[in-house]
Amino acid sequence: MKKPGALVAAAALLISGCGSSSGGSESQTLTVFAAASLTESFGAMKTAFESAHPGTEVKFNFAGSSSLVQQMSNGAKADVFASADETNMDKAVQAGVIDGSPSLFATNKLTIAVAPGNPKGITSFAGLVQDGLNVVVCAPQVPCGSATEKVEQNTGVTLEPVSEEQDVKQVLNKVASGDADAGLVYVTDATSAADKVAEVDFPEAATAINNYPIAVVKDAPRTDLAKQWIEFVLGEQGKAELQKVGFGAP
Amino acid sequence: MPWVLWVPAALALALVVLPVVGLLVRTDLRRVPGLIVSDASLAALRLSLETAAVSTAACIVLGVPLAVVLARSAVPGIRVLRAVVLLPLVLPPVVGGLALLYLLGRKGFLGYVLDVTAGVQIPFTTAAVIIAQTFVAMPFLVVSLEGALRSGGDRYEQIASTLGARPWTVFRRVTLPLLLPALGSGAVLSFARALGEFGATITFAGSLEGVTRTLPLEVYTQAEVDVDSAVALALLLIVVAILVIAVARPRALEGNAR
Repeated sequence: MKKPGALVAAAALLISGCGSSSGGSESQTLTVFAAASLTESFGAMKTAFESAHPGTEVKFNFAGSSSLVQQMSNGAKADVFASADETNMDKAVQAGVIDGSPSLFATNKLTIAVAPGNPKGITSFAGLVQDGLNVVVCAPQVPCGSATEKVEQNTGVTLEPVSEEQDVKQVLNKVASGDADAGLVYVTDATSAADKVAEVDFPEAATAINNYPIAVVKDAPRTDLAKQWIEFVLGEQGKAELQKVGFGAP
Repeated sequence: MPWVLWVPAALALALVVLPVVGLLVRTDLRRVPGLIVSDASLAALRLSLETAAVSTAACIVLGVPLAVVLARSAVPGIRVLRAVVLLPLVLPPVVGGLALLYLLGRKGFLGYVLDVTAGVQIPFTTAAVIIAQTFVAMPFLVVSLEGALRSGGDRYEQIASTLGARPWTVFRRVTLPLLLPALGSGAVLSFARALGEFGATITFAGSLEGVTRTLPLEVYTQAEVDVDSAVALALLLIVVAILVIAVARPRALEGNAR
């Protein structure tokens, strides 16, 4: 009988503890579903946003944009959705999970990630087609892969990758581990992994720019807060954080 | 049997069956054949069947001796080895893939030697898929064989040796025949596990149509754009697995195992 008594006491403490903390200023949680490529920049914005809105806690769900759309269509509760491309935002709109119209807040483009020091001497997109070169790209089904496909069409250069990965971080990992000689990743990913990979920019990347839309989710538990977060991302502080990791302005 | 066991038993069965039913209910079954016959799906199905067959063979060639050694040898530390063999069951498949990459990748210690001395690179090849599948499937074979060997005891083997049979003859004429039923069920389990292998493959072998993109990887790729076709492919995987188990019909799975 001792244990249940202690449990009840602990529960009572917990409840009273919660009560007192939320008593002063109203505590509220904002849930943001965001593309995995926003991990670093949104993470940096969280601190600033929380101190500007006392009593607010921002919680993230970072994943592939299409997984996020699926989660929301299946009833996952979210306030804000930030997608890595317009295709997936359109899907979310069609699935009826978006409130209002999305706004663009960033752009991203591809770059070539290579081992530090560029031992294979890759200098151009066409240079990726060489015998014995292990090139890894994203599968055409995911945003970074469709961007890669677009560059191939625009340049007439057809890559022969050894693997088509499911997300851009996997491509980055295979270059960082040394198993791939080169990989097509976003500028932002190469920037955040600057200690593990070097970057070879190529001008044709400009022909396949990805737009990042953000929107309030329909029936969001915290609609007002969601709008404030979006304003924050679109504002000066948000722009600065996005720029820091390599995003362009829309 | 106390009737009260029916309640948890029914719940256990429901936990396995109902999710599959959920899959069937949400799928437009009339569309399934059309979704399955795309070139990419057929290539993935073919690759899956081929690699799973080869890795099951590898499991048998390597796993039978391992099971016999584990069950019959009395060397010190054998209990630790027995636990080590189970590691792939516990390791998250992605970690298994990373471990294989750290061993056989271009910067891995064995992979580096292979690359420098023979110019052989394992990652991104069909061989990498087979190695990943063998890695995760082997414990299923070893565990079922070892269990059969230990519960059967070594009475027959002892008698054969006292009658003058050499160790190799005993193994061939006594141990192996005794193992056959368990070998059947173990091989089917390994094949099924190899067929469903995903995490270690995508980490270690990558994903390329016709080379390393097996059916589970194709399901994952399709799920990004078209959930319906991913589900159709998953149903195909389920049908193949059920067919294999039904056709092979190992005795151990039918309850006749000793």
